[in-house]
Amino acid sequence: MRTLRRYLPQLTLLPSLILVAVTVYGFIALTVVLSLTRSKMLPRFDRWEGFSNYAKVWNHPRWEVAMENFAIFGVLYIGGTMLIGLMLAILIDQRVRAEGALRTIYLYPMALSFIVTGVAWQWIMAPDLGLERAFQIWGWESFRFDWIKQSDMAIYCVVIAGVWQASGFVMALFLAALRGINPEILSAARMDGASAPRIYWHVIIPALRPAFLTAIVVQGHLAIKSYDLVVALTRGGPGYSTELPSTFMYEFTFSRNEMALGASSAVMMLILVTVLIVPYLYSELRNDR
Amino acid sequence: MTVEAARTPGTLQRVLIYAVLLLAALFFLMPLAAMVFTSLKTMPEITGAAGFESNTILTPPQAPSTEAWGTAWQSACIAVACEGLRGYFWNSIVMVVFAVFFSVMFGAINGYVLAKWRFRGDNIIFGMLLFGCFIPFQIVLIPMARLLGFLDMAGTLHGLIFVHLCYGIPFTTLFFRNFYVTIPDELISAGRIDGAGFWSIFFLILMPISLPIFVVAIIWQFTNVWNDFLFGASFAGADARPLMVALNNLVNTSTGTKAYNVDMAGAMIAALPTILVYVVGGRYFVRGLTSGAVKG
Repeated sequence: MRTLRRYLPQLTLLPSLILVAVTVYGFIALTVVLSLTRSKMLPRFDRWEGFSNYAKVWNHPRWEVAMENFAIFGVLYIGGTMLIGLMLAILIDQRVRAEGALRTIYLYPMALSFIVTGVAWQWIMAPDLGLERAFQIWGWESFRFDWIKQSDMAIYCVVIAGVWQASGFVMALFLAALRGINPEILSAARMDGASAPRIYWHVIIPALRPAFLTAIVVQGHLAIKSYDLVVALTRGGPGYSTELPSTFMYEFTFSRNEMALGASSAVMMLILVTVLIVPYLYSELRNDR
Repeated sequence: MTVEAARTPGTLQRVLIYAVLLLAALFFLMPLAAMVFTSLKTMPEITGAAGFESNTILTPPQAPSTEAWGTAWQSACIAVACEGLRGYFWNSIVMVVFAVFFSVMFGAINGYVLAKWRFRGDNIIFGMLLFGCFIPFQIVLIPMARLLGFLDMAGTLHGLIFVHLCYGIPFTTLFFRNFYVTIPDELISAGRIDGAGFWSIFFLILMPISLPIFVVAIIWQFTNVWNDFLFGASFAGADARPLMVALNNLVNTSTGTKAYNVDMAGAMIAALPTILVYVVGGRYFVRGLTSGAVKG
């Protein structure tokens, strides 16, 4: 009884730990093992394929498209949200009126599901009835905006919708960081006669380093995981021109019955996330308390 | 911050600042306006048929009608059933209530232990839990499908709740742990001197001051579970489909002419609960978002 009481805290953790140990770490291990088998529709552990599944995925034309799109989407999504987020945070920090209302407007897309965002933007970017038609009726008759129907441009539609959804979040991160800057540093810079742009460039923005890091890590891992947005916006199309690693995984696992290839692609996604996240978690936790 | 130094903009600069901020506000509001307007229009108005030639996606409806909302709610065809979104809405509500309740309870207790009952290796355990926040869920889809089958929960709402519980715990633990770390240890030791045990410290001392973090965790979990698509699409059978999966089916499988007004009404129905939560609890929503970035 006494030992029980002594270990009570650890015991109460146990159910969660078991759940996470099995459904996160156990499942990761299982998927890795599956990626080395010849599983098609069902998991099979009696026929081994080894790492050649990874080579198959890597050389698959759809995976090539997926990686290319991931590079485009990742760079523009992270870059776009950071740029807009930082700009809005700095502007909103100039003692503007109606700050609360503006912040609410910039951030509300984060409350929406990617499915809703995808559905809305699919409608806005529909060439015949959406923005294209609106601009034509407003007088710009030669206006064309049919990217969503063009295989080489559709991925930029995904970028636009993604940036629309997540810029407010980055703004919130930067705004919190801006308000946490020590005012004394700034008045010191002011005393030295530095101009406002110089203060921003040399003092404030460098002080936002941790916020930049957080934004890159969070947005980066979201970019790797992106799935719903593409499904709702383009269904991965036209053709498979907006394929991402996540849609590749789903297609091969559940539609094509190539489970081993699906598992391999999932493992590659995990590796991408791990490379991004583990150093970040390590440094955050090491500096903790 | 109060940076007198960096912010003494002149009048022209003021005008520019407001112009950019306003333009950005229009950009963020435009899709919402398009959705709401379209959902209240009739199809001839949307397609610019005779009498509506100058209609655009951003023109307010000339004769607002809630017909499309009614259709989306109760008679739109999704796959084979023509009963609208209402049944799926209900599925999502049930899923959210249970998934949020359990994941928040587990998270609160985990956070309490990890913050106030330190033991060897607790930081490693916390780190391993945290990693669960970031994994791409594609890595667990196949084994989870097997496990749900094994537990006889394949395709059911129970199964979906279980999945959201598993992958919600890392987040809720993070919130509570980071909150309880900021509570002075003296409060705990004072309680122990008074003879309070593990549970009474939690329920009598910490719970009463934990309301803000409960709100943060509940809003976070509500938004995530309500907005989830991947798990719903992967694990829910026809009877257990959550709203987001149904909405996607509604919009992307409609045969014949696309009923844009019904699509948009459906999207609004799916979006309203989380928008409502956001408007009411915005402060806590933001706090969840920014502390979801690991540190509280």
